[in-house]
Amino acid sequence: MRTNLRDVTVYELRLAAPLAAFFAVFFVAPLLLLFVLSLQAAPDGGGYGVAQYVAFLGDAFSLGVLGSTLWLGVKVTALCLLLGYPVAWLHVRSPGWAKGVIMLVVLLPLLTSVVVRTFAWIVILGRQGIVNAALMDLGLIDTPLRMLYTEGGLVVALAQVQMPLMVLPLITALTRIDPNLADASAVLGAGHWRTFRKVTLPLSLPGIVAGCLLTYAAAITAFITQSLVGGGQMLFMPMYIYQQASTLQNWPFAAAISIIFLAAVLLVVWLFNLLGRLSRGYAQA
Amino acid sequence: MIDHPEQPPQGRTLMIDGVTHRYGGSTAVDDVTLDIRGGELVALLGPSGCGKTTLLRIIAGFIAQTRGRVLVGGEAIDDQPPNKRAVGIVFQNYALFPHMTVAENVAYGLAARGADRRTQAAESERMLELVQLGHLAGRYPKQLSGGQQQRVALARALAVKPAILLLDEPFAALDKNLRLDMQIEVKRIQRMAGTTTILVTHDQEEALSMADRVAVLSQGRLEQFAPPTEVYDAPATLFVNSFVGTANLLGGTLLGADTEGARVRLDGGAVIETRAPVGAVAPGGRVTVCLRPEHLTVVGGGSDGDEDGIPGVVDLGLPLGATVVHEVRIGTGTAVKVAEPRRQRASVLPPGTPVRLAPAGPRLASVFPQAA
Repeated sequence: MRTNLRDVTVYELRLAAPLAAFFAVFFVAPLLLLFVLSLQAAPDGGGYGVAQYVAFLGDAFSLGVLGSTLWLGVKVTALCLLLGYPVAWLHVRSPGWAKGVIMLVVLLPLLTSVVVRTFAWIVILGRQGIVNAALMDLGLIDTPLRMLYTEGGLVVALAQVQMPLMVLPLITALTRIDPNLADASAVLGAGHWRTFRKVTLPLSLPGIVAGCLLTYAAAITAFITQSLVGGGQMLFMPMYIYQQASTLQNWPFAAAISIIFLAAVLLVVWLFNLLGRLSRGYAQA
Repeated sequence: MIDHPEQPPQGRTLMIDGVTHRYGGSTAVDDVTLDIRGGELVALLGPSGCGKTTLLRIIAGFIAQTRGRVLVGGEAIDDQPPNKRAVGIVFQNYALFPHMTVAENVAYGLAARGADRRTQAAESERMLELVQLGHLAGRYPKQLSGGQQQRVALARALAVKPAILLLDEPFAALDKNLRLDMQIEVKRIQRMAGTTTILVTHDQEEALSMADRVAVLSQGRLEQFAPPTEVYDAPATLFVNSFVGTANLLGGTLLGADTEGARVRLDGGAVIETRAPVGAVAPGGRVTVCLRPEHLTVVGGGSDGDEDGIPGVVDLGLPLGATVVHEVRIGTGTAVKVAEPRRQRASVLPPGTPVRLAPAGPRLASVFPQAA
């Protein structure tokens, strides 16, 4: 539902004014500052230009970091969708008390501090961690598996952290589907799989798009989890920016990477929205 | 056409054999048996919570009954999942697939049963012609009116040629004028298709006007299963008498009875001839007499010393076009409704008029024993 700007009354605009002012001071202004900074030729001044952008785009290492960050987001989002959809479906189909339990489990990651959560993953995935200990006790492996500081481990940890962002929109979308539709489909001769493919999945598409968007944006910018579970060997954009700014004091370059990262994220958001627009017919149904 | 009358296709029989269903501690359906003929339209009538929807969901296979069997064409279908039962449903909210066009909705069942695209298109076109919506095949459900959506739902259900068609309160969401049109329309289509049909409804008029036979349910139990006129004229229980049509309930004492009829002294003192009592009651026993408004007539003033009839005073008169209804307060304080055909240019009696009420004919009222 898009509201036409002309339909918005002056009164409604006034209600939004405090938030608008907040955004202007603490979001738009710093962003502009960042942009201006990114145009500096060198950390200590030396004229303005697009030198930092040229340096980033011409550098295979930097492009590699950007690429692996965007790809990491894709993997986390896919895993979240794969694991989250059944959870959301279960929640919608469960009786009242079970709904409460499932919702609590889903929300739990949001209720724990990101640092605590991340250290928990280090304990779970470490060489002497729970997973390795269990596998060795069962005799399935002889030497501990390397899970911590691997991309696989990072994807799993990120997926756990971002899961609520995927599951909540999915629950909303699935709840909105009339349960009679599945019954109607069954009576017309469709099995469970066909009903899912032809009715449930298309009608939940708005939730899938929203969930993916949130999960993706959160996963690629998750600085703490990326750094702690990913370890030093893997470099992703948030850490790259941090290093350039704090360690190397190369503020103009850090600003330029930030702007490029922002643009890349916006591009992905735009692509998702395009997908969402294709599903709009379902969304309003 | 008179020489070769077209036989409607013969539908399959449906047997509900001693079906019981319990939810936790409560019994939603209690030992219901219905033997339904092929092509028959049977209404399950009752107030909400009487078990009629549960029974419908058992027939469709959405829930498995605790006890009893469901047989279609003589074969038990209890072990079959909903998608293997040859059943069609029209839901109260129609449950059309919102992301599919009208034609896609109608073709859905055919596609699920593996029909090729050409058959799907041809069949869905034929069904839409049957419900007179061929011109709307490309629309989406939300672009249709309620009546049109219902016709699409009906076409979708019938497209797979179900053995049994289930209609779950299908007219509840329609406004009154459209409802009558659709009832006639559905009845016409059902006759043409010859499909055995179960109509679930809480609307007694709908049940009486559409069904070949009506099954009245109360608290999970079958109260009566009979043609509409019999349900109305010879109700099997006090519940049926009160739920179907309007009934004035008067207390009385049985004077005598045989198989033809009975004589009852009403609490006010008047003696009337009634139908034979339903259920065992000895002369002298307490009974409830059910008089429908049209079973009574107003026969002039109350204070002329005439012993016949029930004396009373007019509370209110309603001229309802062809009929006139008077509410009369009789001696015991009970308000009794009397409905009569309105004579040409006759007006209603003003409130306060003393009147006498007499039966409109012999042995019309039903009599039920009162619980001791």
